[in-house]
Amino acid sequence: MLEVLDYPFMQRALQAALLIGIAAPAVGIYLVQRRQALMGDGIGHVALTGVALGFLLSANPVWMAVLVSVVGAVAMELVRSSGRARGDIALAMLFYGGMAGGVMIINLAPGGSTANLTTYLFGSVNTVSPSDITAIMILSAFVLLVSFGLRRQLFSVCQDEEFARVTGLPVRALNLLLAVTAAATVTVAMRVVGLLLVSALMVIPVVAAQQLTRGFATTLGLSVGFGVLVSLSGTVTSYYADVPPGATIVLIALGLFALIAAAAAPLSHRRARAAAAGAARESEVVAAP
Amino acid sequence: MEPVISLSGVTAELGGRPVLRGVDLTVGPGEVVALLGPNGSGKSTSVRAAVSQIPLTGGELRLFGTPVRRFRAWQRLGYVPQRSTAAGGVPATVREVVAAGRLARRGLRPLGRADRAAVRDALDQVGLADRAGDPVDSLSGGQHQRVLIARALTTAPELLIMDEPLAGVDLASQRILADTLREQVERGVAVLVVLHELGPLEPLIDRAVVLSGGRVERVVEHSSELPADHACHPHDELDPSVVPPLQTGIL
Repeated sequence: MLEVLDYPFMQRALQAALLIGIAAPAVGIYLVQRRQALMGDGIGHVALTGVALGFLLSANPVWMAVLVSVVGAVAMELVRSSGRARGDIALAMLFYGGMAGGVMIINLAPGGSTANLTTYLFGSVNTVSPSDITAIMILSAFVLLVSFGLRRQLFSVCQDEEFARVTGLPVRALNLLLAVTAAATVTVAMRVVGLLLVSALMVIPVVAAQQLTRGFATTLGLSVGFGVLVSLSGTVTSYYADVPPGATIVLIALGLFALIAAAAAPLSHRRARAAAAGAARESEVVAAP
Repeated sequence: MEPVISLSGVTAELGGRPVLRGVDLTVGPGEVVALLGPNGSGKSTSVRAAVSQIPLTGGELRLFGTPVRRFRAWQRLGYVPQRSTAAGGVPATVREVVAAGRLARRGLRPLGRADRAAVRDALDQVGLADRAGDPVDSLSGGQHQRVLIARALTTAPELLIMDEPLAGVDLASQRILADTLREQVERGVAVLVVLHELGPLEPLIDRAVVLSGGRVERVVEHSSELPADHACHPHDELDPSVVPPLQTGIL
């Protein structure tokens, strides 16, 4: 048996990594579809304020981060849907406010300093406590229920929001649910991957998968597979090489992306040629008397 | 018979600027009505107001006789928004995009066997059944429009509302779209369509409503008198044998 599994802290880290590997791309795919790939980063910065508030109020930082990042994500969604500010500007404000709020509040906490935030910013395998595992399991179950159970509905809203409204779907409620789900994912992932790199696990497996796939369902399945692969292998590598898990996971994910990009280039050329030939055939048929 | 859609004295604003200044428009069952007019005349705003996507500042909107505030039977209406592409930020197959139309019947429940059959049927109607498993971003501009129409047809609607379906579509594809639409009209589906030019759709149109400055400028009741300045000249090249006779019987 692998030596890595002998230690309870590593068992917890691997459990967390497995759940994160499944949940992060399952939510991230909708953000990528709506061209809001950076939303996870915005929520990550706001979650930092939540973690600091947890220290200040002597509450559990994970649940405090969930609370504050849900509020932040909902506020961001309301600003986006009301059209009052451009999406990228609302996101920028969230980045600055979240980071500044976190640093300010942690310094107000008794005996607190920015050093307390480091493990949350960059992730760490040996800080996942048994109570963290409970929180991570509850939150991942919620995330998976939403992102798989409402797959068709979320697909429709993220593909063409106006059309989805005209089919009578509760679009605003679904958008808010997606924002809350993204916030839950960020806090699930922050213990292992770290808040600054959380978004990478929501985005890179999806963009890696979509180079090989033709449909949404297959992209969802493959990106979850890639998410699990990189998060587990990254966590194990970080144990043996004694390097930070978040950075290891993200670098492995980027390596996988580059590998697939190189391998898929001939495939996409072939597809483009086939599509062009198909279109030409159709116009010949139409033009024929 | 009760109109499928009626706007009376409708006013609407975009960014504080009045865009509709009292539009009256009625479409009866099985009727095909074209909305024409120059850019900024309020054509798209009228149809987006008609599907409740722009709040009205005045007037009344009824869908199938029900005031829009209380209207819930969205499956009776097929909407084709103005889009140059049916693709999003993640690959999706033609079948997956078209299936989104069935949510008008399913709501938050998962799709079942009947939904899959309806999607196949809708793809058949627009002649894309053989492309069901292909990614939408591999399609041509005209095929994208047919995907959007198929998505609207999945619920077998009684009214189709289309915003510039011919924009950016070459003449050959316009003819295919016209054929698709003619089949729907023959089934008794009413159509409200925003057009820049009538093009190959001209033989199908029962009535043209010309907008100008957010008001109805004139209404032309018969196809033979349709405003020439909005007609697409290339339709003259159409083979008369493939152009169907005017469907005046539906009126």
